[in-house]
Amino acid sequence: MTLASAQRSEPGRIAGLVRWARRDPMGAMGLALVLLVVFCGVFGPWITPFDPYKINVPDKFQAPSLVHWMGTDNLGRDIFSRIIVGSRIALSVGMSTIGMALAIGLMLGLAAGYGPRWLDNILMLIFDSIYSFPTVILGLTVATLLGASITTLMLVVVVIQTPAYARLTRTATLTIKSSEYILAIESLGASKLRIILLHLLPNVIGPLLIVASMDIPSVVALEAGLTYLGMGIPPPAASWGRTLQEGYGVIRVAPWIVVAGGIPLIITTLGFTFLGESLRDNLDPKLRRFL
Amino acid sequence: MLLYALQRIGLSILILITSMVMLFTALKLIPGDPATIMLGSRASAEMRQRITEELGLNDPVLVQLGTFFGRILQGNIGTDLWSQRPVSQIVIENLPYTLLLIGVGLGWAALIGIPLGCYSAVRRNSLVDRITGIISVGTISIPSFVVAIYAILLFAIGLGWLPVIGAGDVGDYRDQAMHLILPGFALGLGWVGYLARIVRASMLEVMGENHIRTARAFGLSEYRIISSYALRIAILPTITLLAVAVGGLLSSAVFVEAIFARPGIGKLIVDAASMRNFPVVQGGVLTTVALFAMTMPIADLLVAWLDPRIRATL
Repeated sequence: MTLASAQRSEPGRIAGLVRWARRDPMGAMGLALVLLVVFCGVFGPWITPFDPYKINVPDKFQAPSLVHWMGTDNLGRDIFSRIIVGSRIALSVGMSTIGMALAIGLMLGLAAGYGPRWLDNILMLIFDSIYSFPTVILGLTVATLLGASITTLMLVVVVIQTPAYARLTRTATLTIKSSEYILAIESLGASKLRIILLHLLPNVIGPLLIVASMDIPSVVALEAGLTYLGMGIPPPAASWGRTLQEGYGVIRVAPWIVVAGGIPLIITTLGFTFLGESLRDNLDPKLRRFL
Repeated sequence: MLLYALQRIGLSILILITSMVMLFTALKLIPGDPATIMLGSRASAEMRQRITEELGLNDPVLVQLGTFFGRILQGNIGTDLWSQRPVSQIVIENLPYTLLLIGVGLGWAALIGIPLGCYSAVRRNSLVDRITGIISVGTISIPSFVVAIYAILLFAIGLGWLPVIGAGDVGDYRDQAMHLILPGFALGLGWVGYLARIVRASMLEVMGENHIRTARAFGLSEYRIISSYALRIAILPTITLLAVAVGGLLSSAVFVEAIFARPGIGKLIVDAASMRNFPVVQGGVLTTVALFAMTMPIADLLVAWLDPRIRATL
């Protein structure tokens, strides 16, 4: 940052935000969309105009109106309310599974990168093999074996995402491992655990978190997709995939249902992708080399 | 070169074997009796008995693993629990539909995406470049099933231009082509922007290299420089990417086939999965994994063969 821009940052944060939004409209739009989805996810149950699970058959298949903004479905449930509540399902599945995959991937990646050579080879072979299953097809296989449930779905996502994080951690670990300061601490007699926890982990975790946050849209889409195929979250949960699936059956009678089911998916994926792109472009170049 | 080819193919075979072992282990790890899980709790004892024997579930695990591989090597990947037909036959019937769909999806994505990326790199910061940038980030992330459903809503139901269900009448090529347009569009849309992006980035890198400057200094026309010196190198990462794309496309094809009720491997697996017809799921999964695992070495070898810089080091 130059001296001039440092002095200009006085007028306050809002002005800075406006300036950033002008310079990077895509990033600003991404942030706005992400905030919208997160807001619905957090406050969803309190801001819906109707009870998203209340069945009201006389009002079924109502076209969008001022009362029901996105119309009603075959059971007369308000779709707008179901879409809002769906963001909590999407975000909680997305974030918790990515969190778990991140933790496991980090451990395995450190083990592969810093551990013995044979362990590295075995782990890499397993990662490559998991990678050779197309994601949805792996999901369908697990769902066939275990039956469709939210646990199955989460297991699938963790299995799919873990190798990506483990690989990234491994690459970063291998780069850092041979650096001079690690050699220096090693020669001072630091234990492996100490080196991993205090020196490798903090260096690896930054880029990993950014990659993980950019994976949220694909995980949200995977959840909706598997639910659409009847292999994800069972009814009556208001998952966006469920809304799409129920709407597709009646697409000629009530086309607004599928339109409503697709909108939040587009908002979420666009929001996270635009934000992620902007974060990556504005990133500290030291972190960028891992991406 | 030969050594590299053997190594690369060997690695793929190893990966394929490992994924089969994982598939086999997954089947063993699930709690409960597989026969009951497949047939549901209402199945009679004899039926359970028959399935258990058919699947060889009473043998020791290692023997089962051996039989499993032996059968696959003979091309026998099981029998459909319902129709009693060999799974391999069912897979072979469905595979061409999926390959055609992926070919069309990837084909139109490459035909539009690669020139677009090339143009964006050459005319950097032009209007086309900026629009391509925004559209590619936008379309990459939107799930193919949302694209498919919206496309149906607009072109099939709203405008009534194109058919929705199935793959068209057998023998009627025009009808089959009409049935391919929407699924192919939905499958390829996300890849148009992605390919454009990768080609653009790799073109920009190549255009800055010394040999391009030399070509300019020799006074070659810009067209000649781009077509025979820059694009030839810039296209290489795209080949690797197209191979990786096959995996993603196989996933998307599952949704697209399910939505358009098109026959194919994806729909086969979805239908079998919903009936918990495990042999068919397993056969379909093995086929897709094999397909994907074989695409990667082909792409790597193609790149090695096309790129004189890599070829020299082998």
